[in-house]
Amino acid sequence: MRKAELVTAVLLGVMSLYFMWKAGEPPAWNPDVGRFANVGFIEGEGPGSGFWPFWLSAVMLICCIWIFVNGIRRTSPPSQSTEPFLDEYGRLQLILVGGGLIGFLIMIYFAGFYGAIFLFMLYYLLVLGRHRWTTSLAISVALPVISFFFFDVAMRIVLPKGYLEPLFLPLYDIFL
Amino acid sequence: MDVLIQLGSGILTALEPLNLGLAILGVVVGLFVGAMPGLGSVNGVAILLPFTFVIQQATGSATSPMIFLAAIYYGAMYGGAISSITLGIPGASTAVATTFDGRPLALKGQADRALVVAAVASFVGGTVSNILFTAFAPPLANVALQFGDPEIFALMLLAFATFVGLGGDDIPKTIFSICFGLVVATVGFDIVSGEPRLIFGSELTWAFGDAATQTANQWFSRGIQFLVLAIGVYGIGEMIWTINSSRGGTSMSEVKVSFARVMASIRSFPEAWKGTTIGSLLGFFVGILPAAGATPGSLMSYGVAKMTSSNPEEYGRGSVDGVAAPEAANNSASTGAMLPMMTLGIPGSPTTAVLLAGMVIWGLQPGPLLFSDQPDFVWPLVGSFYISNVIALLVNLAFIPLFLWVLRMPFTILAPVIFVLSLVGVYAAYQNIYDVWLMVLVGFGAFFLRVLDYPLAPAVLAIVLGPIAEPKLRQSLLFSDGDVSIFFTRPIAGPITVIAIILILLPLVKVVRNQLRGPSPAE
Repeated sequence: MRKAELVTAVLLGVMSLYFMWKAGEPPAWNPDVGRFANVGFIEGEGPGSGFWPFWLSAVMLICCIWIFVNGIRRTSPPSQSTEPFLDEYGRLQLILVGGGLIGFLIMIYFAGFYGAIFLFMLYYLLVLGRHRWTTSLAISVALPVISFFFFDVAMRIVLPKGYLEPLFLPLYDIFL
Repeated sequence: MDVLIQLGSGILTALEPLNLGLAILGVVVGLFVGAMPGLGSVNGVAILLPFTFVIQQATGSATSPMIFLAAIYYGAMYGGAISSITLGIPGASTAVATTFDGRPLALKGQADRALVVAAVASFVGGTVSNILFTAFAPPLANVALQFGDPEIFALMLLAFATFVGLGGDDIPKTIFSICFGLVVATVGFDIVSGEPRLIFGSELTWAFGDAATQTANQWFSRGIQFLVLAIGVYGIGEMIWTINSSRGGTSMSEVKVSFARVMASIRSFPEAWKGTTIGSLLGFFVGILPAAGATPGSLMSYGVAKMTSSNPEEYGRGSVDGVAAPEAANNSASTGAMLPMMTLGIPGSPTTAVLLAGMVIWGLQPGPLLFSDQPDFVWPLVGSFYISNVIALLVNLAFIPLFLWVLRMPFTILAPVIFVLSLVGVYAAYQNIYDVWLMVLVGFGAFFLRVLDYPLAPAVLAIVLGPIAEPKLRQSLLFSDGDVSIFFTRPIAGPITVIAIILILLPLVKVVRNQLRGPSPAE
């Protein structure tokens, strides 16, 4: 856990530095303005556009250094913990659940939202939940059907259908 | 008298069939999310916020969707007790203190009594806080009308300072979380100067080409949407965390429920009057504090009830006062947290932060002007607090067996449904697939940070308050020609700023003092 605490502090510190650098970026339409010219007080205009994000990012950086020092000195609970950041069960769950979510997002491009919902639910209920085929299939079919009537029919928000679009054309004729 | 007339009119509007139906639905959903371990009011409100747009479109007003979300908030406060008592696992953080005595009562075979005490105490707490809200909100809004930019910024500073001073989390991680939320809220165009800020993507042209950079630029120019972050944190991150942490089975206590037993428990409720009174009053005032909310309110009420009890040794072994105090308090605090949100535009809890964001999305401007400019929104909402409270009591008592049955539902069915609702909800709100990708990435990030004890509620609050706080700071400094003493010399802003600074400095001094002394032997 301590290693994760230190690595995270470093990564977040680098992100804070990047935010500071980006906050000082001059507007594209005015190349004469130098970087970081907008992070201070501009006469007659008040604080510049980069003032707020720059200084807040600077505070973030200080906090990251503080968290890192606490980790080195073992004064924060995660740095005192001897438990792993993620044990074998945690890693497996993260891979299965996280992988499922990423798979869901990728499937949207091919099977659309409703096809992806069906596949994701089936995967989750069968593989992770180990539910019966009948239960899994019933829920996996019901959820996209309810979603279709709620979003496409009631709210008139057309969700992406991917390659399954032709299958929905008759439904559009009936319900929309 | 004027207030009572407006309240009466508001209650009548809240009783209209659509609003009443939404309040009942909201309470049922709230009871459900509150009862399910791993889900709390903030998860329910955040995940369902995109779905309320259809209600707003259908009714043309923000009142009905707000009544629905507020009812979820209310219902969740009632629901948390069900799993605390029967499973020994708090349904939400707001019901942690309820497990201390609720679970022992259940193990003694008195789960039904504990459930009834929790429900009735919640009702009393909710009613007392509603009366206090009705009494305090209009005058506070009138006072707040006098506030200028420095005062409003000072109040926001106070909200963040209470997270640092009273939050109880790691100090640098809390400050980091606040600043991160504030910075993320600046992505997009600066509303003061019109300049683009933190538009990411140009650094990756070498890898993805000009077209991808242009897409990224356009997408970041819109800003990072609040729901993407809120649902990423509460719909994805918290769910993965719950899946990871809830390994192992739980055993549910046997609950014998019958009409006669419920009535007998209601008749014996006066035994819990002391805990209920303490919880109702203390909960409300803790709830008002920005960033405090229902969880510290219920824990403090439990502590005070135990401290002032003539039988403190009973606490932890199944005291009815030990159940009543936190349950009255979490309901009372939830209404208390609405007070600063509606009168000052400053949320008192993560859930009210999401509600505030919803109000902004619906086109309302939360703050003191709400009471004078939008009485048609405010009073039906206040009226719905009273109605929802009654509905929550009745639904809770009537459907205890149903909720116990629902609690037996495996989390492996609930979790994927929540994931689907989160993904579809964010897409429906913005109709942009990149928002859905970002939400999932935020969820993963939130999970990792949660494991490392980074508090995420301050970041969510900061994302809501950032776009309000920054212009107030900049306009104040422009007005004072860059002189920060403007926050100290004005009669209202001055004391608030000083209190905020003390709240930030006190824990800092403590931390520095402890670090100078070196690690204790226990460490």
